[in-house]
Amino acid sequence: MTVEALLQHGFQAVTLPEGNREIDGAYIGDLLSWVMGRATADNAWITIMSNVNVVAVASLADVSCVILCEGVVLPEDVKATAEQKNVNVLTTEMPAYQAAVRLSQLI
Amino acid sequence: MSEKLNFHFDVDGTDFTSAGQASVQVKKNLRRLGIAPETIRRVSIAMYEGEINMVIHAGGGEADVNVSEDEIEIILTDHGPGIADVEQAMQEGFSTATDSIRSLGFGAGMGLPNMKRYTDDMKIETVVGSGTTITMRISLM
Repeated sequence: MTVEALLQHGFQAVTLPEGNREIDGAYIGDLLSWVMGRATADNAWITIMSNVNVVAVASLADVSCVILCEGVVLPEDVKATAEQKNVNVLTTEMPAYQAAVRLSQLI
Repeated sequence: MSEKLNFHFDVDGTDFTSAGQASVQVKKNLRRLGIAPETIRRVSIAMYEGEINMVIHAGGGEADVNVSEDEIEIILTDHGPGIADVEQAMQEGFSTATDSIRSLGFGAGMGLPNMKRYTDDMKIETVVGSGTTITMRISLM
């Protein structure tokens, strides 16, 4: 399914410069090097980290989107960087586990 | 392409938030050259990990990326403290990063292992007290 299709299922858009990207799975993690080592391209990356380095990691690891769980808010300057770097960011009130379960039901 | 292309970057050791700029630029350049997406991903992650290491541990450094017909070579040079025990540094989970670095999501002890994981060949030359040069190669054949 596409990133933008998640919007009807408990996920809100923060920025969606490439909303039509496909999601083929998910990786959950907050340690950036683990994400770079283990997530695969086109995964949705579920995390509570929201600093600017998250945008670089998402871009380089080529994940289809970042999903900020537990209602984590993305700072405005980081949001602007994400837009510039074509990184999709969503947010959800769900904890990581529930977000992944929901995703698994959808894709 | 028959000639080698070289991209050179100075990695600023003072600004953590801008770390990764060289890697992102390399990613763009490789895209323009029509390199396969999975290869670009490997090159840019390996380079980013190296870049972050130079910022965390060495106060910055220099990065060179050489693209030839059959391989991409990444050379990272710093004049930091050097690596006392390379074998230990290569173990997943070993890190000397501070708590403030860890709070940013770095310092998981996966940087050097990821650089090895994503490249076909990695060589570390390091002298304690004078610096480190890491050379990584990714085959295009």
